Amino acid sequence: MEIVQTLAVILDSTIRLSVPLLCAAMAGLWSERAGVVDIGLEGKMLIAAFASAVIAYKTGSAWAGLGAGIAASVALSLVHGFAAITWRGNQIVSGVAINMLAAGLTVILGNAWYGQGGRTPPLEGAARFGEIELPLVETLKSVPVLGPLYDIAVSGHAAPVYLALLCVVLTALVLKHTRFGLRLRAVGENPAAVDTAGVSVAGLRYAAVIICGALCGLGGTYLAVSQSAGFLPQMTAGKGFIALAAVIFANWRPWPALFACLLFGLLDAIAIRLQGVALPGIGQVPVQAIQALPYVMTVVLLAGFIGKAVPPKASGLPYVKER
Amino acid sequence: MTGAAPAAIELSGVSKSFGPVAANRDVSLTVAAGSIHGIVGENGAGKSTLMSILYGFYEADSGEIRVRGEKRAIRSSAEAIAAGIGMVHQHFMLVEPLSVVENVVLGAEGGPWLKRGVAKARAELARLSAQYGLAIDPDATVGSLSVGLQQRVEILKALYRGADVLILDEPTAVLTPAEADQLFELLRALKAQGKTVILITHKLREIMAVTDWVSVMRRGEMVAHVETARTSPAELAEAMVGRRVLLRVEKAPRKRGAPVLEAAGLSVVDGRGHETLRDASLTLHAGEIVGIAGVAGNGQSELLDVLAGLVQPARGVIRLDGKILNAADRNPANLRRLGLMHIPEDRQKTGLVTAFAAAENMILGYHDDPAFGPGPLLSPAAVRNHALSGMQAYDVRPADPALKTAKFSGGNQQKIVLAREIERAPKVLLVGQPTRGVDIGAIEFIHRRLIALRDAGVAILLVSVELEEVMALSDRILALCGGRITGERVADEADERDLGLLMAGVSERAA
Repeated sequence: MEIVQTLAVILDSTIRLSVPLLCAAMAGLWSERAGVVDIGLEGKMLIAAFASAVIAYKTGSAWAGLGAGIAASVALSLVHGFAAITWRGNQIVSGVAINMLAAGLTVILGNAWYGQGGRTPPLEGAARFGEIELPLVETLKSVPVLGPLYDIAVSGHAAPVYLALLCVVLTALVLKHTRFGLRLRAVGENPAAVDTAGVSVAGLRYAAVIICGALCGLGGTYLAVSQSAGFLPQMTAGKGFIALAAVIFANWRPWPALFACLLFGLLDAIAIRLQGVALPGIGQVPVQAIQALPYVMTVVLLAGFIGKAVPPKASGLPYVKER
Repeated sequence: MTGAAPAAIELSGVSKSFGPVAANRDVSLTVAAGSIHGIVGENGAGKSTLMSILYGFYEADSGEIRVRGEKRAIRSSAEAIAAGIGMVHQHFMLVEPLSVVENVVLGAEGGPWLKRGVAKARAELARLSAQYGLAIDPDATVGSLSVGLQQRVEILKALYRGADVLILDEPTAVLTPAEADQLFELLRALKAQGKTVILITHKLREIMAVTDWVSVMRRGEMVAHVETARTSPAELAEAMVGRRVLLRVEKAPRKRGAPVLEAAGLSVVDGRGHETLRDASLTLHAGEIVGIAGVAGNGQSELLDVLAGLVQPARGVIRLDGKILNAADRNPANLRRLGLMHIPEDRQKTGLVTAFAAAENMILGYHDDPAFGPGPLLSPAAVRNHALSGMQAYDVRPADPALKTAKFSGGNQQKIVLAREIERAPKVLLVGQPTRGVDIGAIEFIHRRLIALRDAGVAILLVSVELEEVMALSDRILALCGGRITGERVADEADERDLGLLMAGVSERAA
């Protein structure tokens, strides 16, 4: 029973910790499958975290915060889209610019408005997403193994967690089974084919970029309004980049991306649990080394395990009608 | 064009410019319904641009389009498709990781969910496949199909969208002769069904074989419009180039000089340990062209590479002017200094840096020449003047040294390489595929240049996949098969059948 309990707790924190990664990974997947490389996931999440914390604090409503987070992130997405699609600019440069803008802007505005070193005031009550108890928890509690797993790991998360998981399902479904998904997959591989089939390349890419912004908005909001109780400077801590790594690791497919994100989340969860624990044969490991584990694993996985990652062929290339 | 039925397509006064370049000037064209209409012209004559305008890929600056007598504004491909026009582009507009049926429905899915559209497309594909004999597996990934089958997918795509007028842009450039014949059968079948076909090509053989009418474009203008049955390849070639063209190469008997380049027992082993060139021996004399006949991939490329110093032989001896070249001498820079120049088979990969300006490409490999600037510096004026004189001498169009090399047509790119190497007064010239992807006018020009060089006493080794070209230019012909020289013929006495046998490896020598 002890083991089941421990497992359930680890699984629970795995899910919690992978949600921002998951949102950012789906965001990156949408954008890149349409042929727009986005290294600005990090910046968009950060601005969403800030905007959602500010609005949730002002209005006292977590949902209003989510709306603001998504709006702010989509706005940055459109900047990226404008640069990358309409003006055919370099997508890496535009992404870097967005990351820098978000990192600076959030701290400066936060400091100017609240004077707490860039933090926003703590959120309480309805200004944060509460835990949602799923039905049947009480009924299932008596069932061995499954009961506690359901109670601890599956139930009791905040709304954005379930939304993020829903987004994975929707992403997979839309990409595979809809007209929009087919066109989007095609535009990332050969935009000229889409153009000559009578479909707007720019329209599809803008749609993808907006979806990307909305998903980053969800991820950022989760960080500030659900996982924490307010915005902290640089609170995304490279999650946007780890998510990009997950997308590559998953070969730009939604379900493998989910598992990649859960894997990174699991590493995080284990790292937290290992803090202060003496490992047999090694002894107590410094906290810093353990905290570095997910990042080290990112490097190892990317370097060692993805020999045959094949990105969408037109990824990162602006569409120009060639003579 | 007679008859009461309106023409399938009528273009009048169409003009289109890209910046300062006028690609189409006041072009008018009438295509009769239910006919196969050929449009010929050299590379860069504006054929593809004209068809891209008709297909809505570009918008014309001025002019009018009528489809079945009705005036239509075609501003996008969607509008062209709606008007019943389909196009098979030279570079296929396919999404390689997607399946055949997904490619076919793309843009015509018939609803937000794929399932119904795909099922409908599957049925329609089966019907079209049966009707025209276009068998294809709807679930195959397009990227895994042969080029011929990919083209079939493109045609099916257009038919699925209900195209009445089918435009094919250089469809045979990527096909083997047998595949091309199959395609022509299909075009005739489409015509029998009442469809109109517009065939863009620069191969006159195809025009004569399959079209009813033919229009000729030259430098952006429509210069002739004739019934195919009443014209001849020579007449069309003249209209394309704007002057009389010799489709045959005329040359004086050779004046053979001393041996210049001798190779004995050359073997090349590639990275995987395969022997790609085996025990090849040949001698090049001054003032002769030795042609290498062979099916592509039988050691010709390796022979050129090893002689040009790009790869080192596993065995064998190379002599230049009687002196043995040891390994240290066999690098391209040194060989060039010794008078051995090389026109590589693939001008875009090996011959040029296509992202560079023409002037920069014209000094590639010779940039250390003090004539181009003192010490490590380059003098832009010297580089430019050198390019300009070379471009004028070789009739490169446009003669603009600052233009990016990628923007030139294939023939003009080839002339840039030719100018660069030949102007250095070679003793030995290695030439690979001199006229691949080059239009008629430029082919004639290049052939005459090579003959002139030979007459001036240069030893030339010619590698070409076009047997006709090898036979027309060479004085002696060596056949290669499986990396081995399987025979030698004097060109005047060689016939195609005999060479074909040697190329297939039947290595008996005529006594």
